[in-house]
Amino acid sequence: MNYLLEILLIGIGAALINNFVLHYFVGICPFIGVSRQVVTAFGMGCAVTFVISIAAFLSWTVTTYILVPGAPLSSWIAEFFISAERASRIDLTILSYIVYIFAIASSVQFVEMYVRKFFPPLYQSFGVFLPLITTNCAILFACLLIMGHIVGVDNPEDVWDLGKSLTLAVFGGVGFTIAIVIMAGIREELDFCDIPGPFRGAAITLVVAGILAMAFMGFTGVDSGLKKVLTLSTVEKTINGDHLDHMKNN
Amino acid sequence: MADQPTSMERLIQGILPENPVYRQLLGLCPTLAVTSGMKAAITMSCAVAFVLLSANVIVSLIRNLLKPHLRIVIFTLTIATFVTIADRILAAYMYQMSKTLGPYVPLIIVNCIILCRCEVCASKQPLLTAVSDAVGQAAGFALALSSIAAVREILGTGMFFEIRVLPTSWPDWVIMVLPPGAFLTLGLLLGAVNWMGSLHSKNRQGKEGGEKT
Repeated sequence: MNYLLEILLIGIGAALINNFVLHYFVGICPFIGVSRQVVTAFGMGCAVTFVISIAAFLSWTVTTYILVPGAPLSSWIAEFFISAERASRIDLTILSYIVYIFAIASSVQFVEMYVRKFFPPLYQSFGVFLPLITTNCAILFACLLIMGHIVGVDNPEDVWDLGKSLTLAVFGGVGFTIAIVIMAGIREELDFCDIPGPFRGAAITLVVAGILAMAFMGFTGVDSGLKKVLTLSTVEKTINGDHLDHMKNN
Repeated sequence: MADQPTSMERLIQGILPENPVYRQLLGLCPTLAVTSGMKAAITMSCAVAFVLLSANVIVSLIRNLLKPHLRIVIFTLTIATFVTIADRILAAYMYQMSKTLGPYVPLIIVNCIILCRCEVCASKQPLLTAVSDAVGQAAGFALALSSIAAVREILGTGMFFEIRVLPTSWPDWVIMVLPPGAFLTLGLLLGAVNWMGSLHSKNRQGKEGGEKT
């Protein structure tokens, strides 16, 4: 399959069809907590997208070069101590959770310090959300999804490269932003509604989120439809091209 | 500290008055994601209980060595270690279940309940208090998870623990086992719990008022 087409499908899949919030239920805490106003919701969404891309880059690098069996860095170091044949079988994937959470926590700290020093206005706008993001499930979830496409894949051609991993992360963050901004827009209107007492606050938000999730279910199947259309059009082009060549030859 | 609740009170508080899901709105990701069936919900709450208990014990034992600015990192690494253990045990003995739960077992690491209990209770209290607190919170979490899973499984498939309880003529509400059903069920149950809580406190106030007058 065409590489660009694959990237497109991964992006649409992460942003709309398998939306992080509404399909996988990750990042619910900020989704409920920070969705009172559209402006703050958008800031939170941008911050998450930013951190998720960095975390995905780190986790892809660490997984590919250190954690998987036969990874270059770990087997190179191990060759000093044990035979090369045994070194190529070293499997560090059991450490993956600890490594990921450590990478996320430290990169969030680092990004916060960097942004505070060099981009004060940016820090003013989303700096307060940055520490919160460390315990945002969406970030770790993206790392785990990427790990699932690198570790334990039998066919070497199916192993994800950096481009696909980053696409998943960025569009996952975009999907999160879409969901939380829509939610904030609805909640701004909800303030003027007469809601029964016990349902005020989180309860009605969850019910609205349920209805939103139903709406997002409408995207199911968009990817296979799109794939069919795009592959068909390329096939048609090649057939037409062949046909023209054929005619010219005649 | 006279106003600190005793360990027994903490145990009871965790179950309903300070239920982690319905009252504190913590740990909503697994609550929504693994409650499409009772079996998955029970396994998940067992895994969370194991991690919560172990992390609370460790944090409570090392609470005097903790440096304030490094504590969150220590908490997270402790939790991550126990989550790895729980994940390996699940994969070894309940392979099918660990496939069903998928990424939600590692996501226990960033579950706010455990971090919150480490921060609020275990890092300040002796071992016994921390253990009873963990047991209470875990029981409350299990209660919340199984109540949501029961509603979703019965309405969505007509079965409870994969045994049919509703007649076969029951039209399965497929939406209940799909993602939107999770949000709807939790939202409605949360409203119901709030409503019952307000009734309860109103009753109590009424009684106290009556006694005074």
